[in-house]
Amino acid sequence: MALTLAVASGKGGTGKTTLAVALALAAKEVTLLDCDVEEPNVHLFLPGENQRSQLVNVPIPQVDMSLCDACRACVDFCEFNALAVFPGKTLVFPELCHSCGGCKLVCPKQAITETNRRIGDLSFGQFGKVNWVQGRLDVGQTMSPPLIRAVLAHKGNGLTIIDAPPGTSCPMIAAVGLSDYVLLVTEPTPFGLNDLKLAVETLRQMQKPFGVIINRFDSGDEGVEGYCLVEEIEIWMRIPQSRKIAEIYSVGGTLLDAVPEYKEQFSRILKDLVQEFSGDEA
Amino acid sequence: MKIAVSSTGKDMESPIDPRFGRARQFILFDPDRGAFEVIDNSVNLNAAQGAGIQTAQRIADSGASVLISGNCGPKAFQVLSAAGVKVYTCEAKNVMEALALYNAGKLTEISSANVEGHWL
Repeated sequence: MALTLAVASGKGGTGKTTLAVALALAAKEVTLLDCDVEEPNVHLFLPGENQRSQLVNVPIPQVDMSLCDACRACVDFCEFNALAVFPGKTLVFPELCHSCGGCKLVCPKQAITETNRRIGDLSFGQFGKVNWVQGRLDVGQTMSPPLIRAVLAHKGNGLTIIDAPPGTSCPMIAAVGLSDYVLLVTEPTPFGLNDLKLAVETLRQMQKPFGVIINRFDSGDEGVEGYCLVEEIEIWMRIPQSRKIAEIYSVGGTLLDAVPEYKEQFSRILKDLVQEFSGDEA
Repeated sequence: MKIAVSSTGKDMESPIDPRFGRARQFILFDPDRGAFEVIDNSVNLNAAQGAGIQTAQRIADSGASVLISGNCGPKAFQVLSAAGVKVYTCEAKNVMEALALYNAGKLTEISSANVEGHWL
């Protein structure tokens, strides 16, 4: 029953982590990957962080000026404009580098080697039967996909749940890339609907199967329901607006602490998804 | 000693482009010959990132030793400094006026970027 399930959304703050944590707690055994590396928060709900942490580096070029003849092959090659070269001087802008290694390959003088640049770290934890891995981007870093891929490398053999970053740009695409199925958490507001549409278009282009969970379904308008009906998108669950859920969340409690009955519902959703979308056919 | 001026057009009467990295073009004036040429910068105008760096590389490669523009950000300034190009900012209405102000010694050389980077 190897299933990788990503919990994503277009709009931020719709309840991705709330849902990802609740689904993980309803599972028998699960790896939970917190890929929202710009503000990881799974550890707040599933305390049990191990001391084990691991630095994540990306390679960036370094130029041996005794070999460089300022031919500028690297500058012309670099799609990201991360290098400038003058006779006797080379400037590397690490924050613009996408670590593709192309400059090293095209340098006719073999003057370029790679050095590591730290972008963040991983931490590991365990809470009950949930093993979680969390990426944390260093302050000041802007490029999260390499760190997200480092988190994804810890995907389990059985059920893996991914807490994806919001939006529909590179970080979200990196986070849902490996998944067999994506659950989009949304809210019934014009903003929620707008960003849901963007997420749906993105996932359709990626040819990922997906469905929707509407959070605070009774708090807004009918736009999201109507859209899902017209687009034939499966709505797996509707969670009501509830002061109790918000209060328990605010002190680090989970959705299952607030509404224990949901456990059964989440288990059923997971069972259905495993049956239908499991990566292996076994 | 050539002088590069960021420009919105292709002649001396063109208004100067207040942006450096994403200036449409540069007028490269050669005082020794009293002539100018146009450096097209449309590639960097549309760059996803690093426009200032590559525009600075282009200006340095053109042989300019002086740059006049509206503004200059931190990365562009770093590259221009490394290449030994002096940077002057001005608010002249066109390229010709900017060159006249420079010749009259009325422009001040900047010693660091005068604007912040965009997002990095």
